Amino acid sequence: MSSRALVFIIPIIVIAIFWMMARREARRKPDPTRKGFFERNGVVLGTVFVLLVGFWTLFLVALPYLYMVVESFHPALPPMKRGGPDDVLTTAQYASFLVNPINDSINWLHMGALLFSIIASIAVTALNFAICYPLAYYMAQAGTAQKVRLLMLGLIVPYWVNEILRAFSLRLLLASKGLINQALMGLGITDAPIDFLGNNTGLYVGLSYAYLLVMMFPLYNAIESLDKNQVEAARDLGAPWWRIHWDVVIPYAKPGIASGCTMVFMLSVGSLAAPQFLGGPRTLWFTAVIYDFFFQSFNWPRGAAYAFIMLVVCIALVLGMLRLFKVSLGEAIR
Amino acid sequence: MSSKAIMKGMIGFYILLFFGYLFGPLLVMGVTAFNTPGYPQAYPFEAFTLDWFVKLYNHRNMMDGLKNSIVIGIGVVAISVPVGLAASIIMSQIYHRARGLYYLITISPLLTPGVIIGISTVIFWRDVLSVTDVTRGLFYKGIVLTILGQASFISAYCLLIFMARLTRFDRAQEEAALDLGATYPQVFWHILLPFLKPAVVSAIVIGFLTSFENYNTTTFAILADKTLVTVLAGEVRQGTTPALSALAVIIIGISIIGAISYEVVKRQEQNRAERAQRQAILAERGEIAATA
Amino acid sequence: MSAGVELDHVTVRFGDFTAVDNATLDIRGGEFFSFLGPSGCGKTTILRTVSGFLEPSEGCVRIGGQDMVGIGPNKRPTALIFQNLALFPLMTVAENISYGLRVRGADRSARRKRADELLDLIALPGQGDKLVSELSGGQKQRVAIARALAVEPKVLLLDEPLSALDLKLRQHMRAELRSIQQKVGITFIYITHDQGEALTMSDRIAVMSDGVIQQVGDGKAVYDNPETAFVASFVGENNPFPGTVTRADQTYAVIETAFGPLRGRNPRGLRAGDQGILFVRPESARLGAGSADTTLTSTVTNVAFEGYMTHVYLKGAGKKEIIVTVGRQAAIDIPAPHSAAPINYDADLGLVLPEGMLARE
Repeated sequence: MSSRALVFIIPIIVIAIFWMMARREARRKPDPTRKGFFERNGVVLGTVFVLLVGFWTLFLVALPYLYMVVESFHPALPPMKRGGPDDVLTTAQYASFLVNPINDSINWLHMGALLFSIIASIAVTALNFAICYPLAYYMAQAGTAQKVRLLMLGLIVPYWVNEILRAFSLRLLLASKGLINQALMGLGITDAPIDFLGNNTGLYVGLSYAYLLVMMFPLYNAIESLDKNQVEAARDLGAPWWRIHWDVVIPYAKPGIASGCTMVFMLSVGSLAAPQFLGGPRTLWFTAVIYDFFFQSFNWPRGAAYAFIMLVVCIALVLGMLRLFKVSLGEAIR
Repeated sequence: MSSKAIMKGMIGFYILLFFGYLFGPLLVMGVTAFNTPGYPQAYPFEAFTLDWFVKLYNHRNMMDGLKNSIVIGIGVVAISVPVGLAASIIMSQIYHRARGLYYLITISPLLTPGVIIGISTVIFWRDVLSVTDVTRGLFYKGIVLTILGQASFISAYCLLIFMARLTRFDRAQEEAALDLGATYPQVFWHILLPFLKPAVVSAIVIGFLTSFENYNTTTFAILADKTLVTVLAGEVRQGTTPALSALAVIIIGISIIGAISYEVVKRQEQNRAERAQRQAILAERGEIAATA
Repeated sequence: MSAGVELDHVTVRFGDFTAVDNATLDIRGGEFFSFLGPSGCGKTTILRTVSGFLEPSEGCVRIGGQDMVGIGPNKRPTALIFQNLALFPLMTVAENISYGLRVRGADRSARRKRADELLDLIALPGQGDKLVSELSGGQKQRVAIARALAVEPKVLLLDEPLSALDLKLRQHMRAELRSIQQKVGITFIYITHDQGEALTMSDRIAVMSDGVIQQVGDGKAVYDNPETAFVASFVGENNPFPGTVTRADQTYAVIETAFGPLRGRNPRGLRAGDQGILFVRPESARLGAGSADTTLTSTVTNVAFEGYMTHVYLKGAGKKEIIVTVGRQAAIDIPAPHSAAPINYDADLGLVLPEGMLARE
């Protein structure tokens, strides 16, 4: 049996685990209110529900992911040779991330791209937190209902414009012939246009701009449920404003902060548009490397391997961070 | 001099900056849509023109892409809304111990970079659909793969929307209907689904828009086809034309109209609720008078 | 059409917790029957077992003589009125009332006709097209009753339906419920923790505590002749005096309490040496000395004048608080606080019961 077919067995095992968990709980804690799933929903409706969710979780989520991982352990072969004698399991694609197979030198280029993507994304995450926190706090605690609704609308409307056009608008603004350079030169601050796109300013601004809302909403939701009296009480006790935030608001909003930061970070590392359209010519974003394996060199297994490396590194990083700040994963993704 | 006034001024200034950051680039882009130079330029404003809108309309690729985007959006909604609904109902009924694992599996597409969803969709379905020539010929197409890839994470969005609404469902409603003789499917159609209707509407709107705007997953899954967003990306990569600004102006216009009509509907609903409340208070007074 | 409800050794367990313990009971057709007990005593569990939302872990429920095992709530001849009413907010009043007919496949005009009939019965004629949110609390209450009656149940189950109303409306609704029950003539099973509701409306009452049915009887029996310490202390006010029985015969028992030996009726046939509790209701006690074995010495701590009666709080041996209620007609001088005041009672109104758990205040 081929390794690819093996993928289809894993979900069956997971389903079996689910089933056994259910059986065990039913036996350990008999509950007279409990009705069987098909009893509760009717046979027809229950079957429809299970089929829909089964199709989704298996064919759209679990199987493609697993299949991609399996594919990454295969060599890149032309379609005719796939499944043939050359189609063996190999870790060559992963090794190629560390050592360039062409000249056997260490693959600084790709490792550097991953490192740069991660560090830049962390910077963008921090930037967005700093930008969003004051407004989120203002909307959640200080603003009137009417004002908050208006601000919310103001936040959402720009996000109806898609990612590409938003990147485009920033490019118009930051280009060497763009409005900002026109203004700077007009005011005599600089003589020659500043290359905002070349020095990656455009990249950072673009990423921050793209994921502003993703930070804003979790923050707002978390701070909103904080009892206003707590802030009042802290103020009554004479705490300066920064202490109130440091001691009362931020610890309370920690799950929301974690959630916002996780989302911005993951989206930012995985983003494609902003680096493509706003990054400098020498800047290599890791998703662009993956993109090239797919569309330039048609080496899908290597692209898959790189994608998997990116996923694992990012998840490990997020879990590590959550652990450091003592937030459970459940709180962060809620 | 009160420090409160300073604080207020600072907050106002900060909000101004924030929304300047949010809207500034879009405004500048909007201006370029009406300016004559071929390179999108906001200043100096040479002459007013609507040519770029005409150019946009005549842009074959973009119109084809738009059509595909709409087809894909409808396809994604048709899959994701029922899936999200079913998944939320299973979530509300699943055994406690299994719920954590189930939640993690269903929410994982939201944490996975879109690039990876796109890649895995293509790799998996290429081989699955290649099992027979017929399926390969019929379904191994960019539009189909994009629908499948997008549905994987948009279903998770829908699940979250339905879950949020379901937590406010009063289980006694379900029991009351059962007690009056309804079967479980009748409870679903008569009680639960009407209750979830606002969430269904949100899921359709959000699902469609998310699909329409998606780039990361679509780029990979679309293969040789195109959507509006991939055409746009190609245009932006090649260079810049004010026709793109014109498109953005149209999108912003539509979204502002949408936002306003949403506000109006919301306001009307609120008025209706207030009227109902007034009625109830009146009824209450009458009742007290009658018992006294 | 009404039907009786029999509980035959019904036990309901949730995991390790026993919510109802071996309940056996025979509710007659057409009866207004109440389950009375503090929250968490298992009364709601019994109601849900009768309506079919729960299956008994042991024993069985029979309605109209028919075993209900395996029959779901939607197939039972019962209708339940929920504590929060559970009216359907997205339907009009008439749609709410006729929902049970809709799921039975009745056509639109028949449904409308029945809804109008019921709206007349609950004195809300012509209000069928209103939304539920436009009704007052009492009106919602009546719509919930009409909705339940629309399916012509043989047994109507009511789960503390009045608890959300304010006092005045609650008292009004008691009378209304009772009159509706007499009009439709079906069995009502009523759950409440409010003894006033249970005593005023019910033909019979079952007092429950910790999943056990303590006593079944009409209001007078439960009040005047409680069979357990719990019932004595839960239904109405009571002064308990625990001690050891020293002498006993068929009619009376003498119990050694902190106040010395005291005498009371002995309905449960306690014998010398048994642990027991003497109960004397505040309105049965009198200020002043009587015969030695029905007199307690104590000191007044507080006097609360309530209009038609006065509560006198006293403290006796062992710092125990005693309440004596003096009616308006008694026309005696109420002693001032801190003055010594003996208390006596009729031996026939003192009740010696076996030791047992008292109701928590």
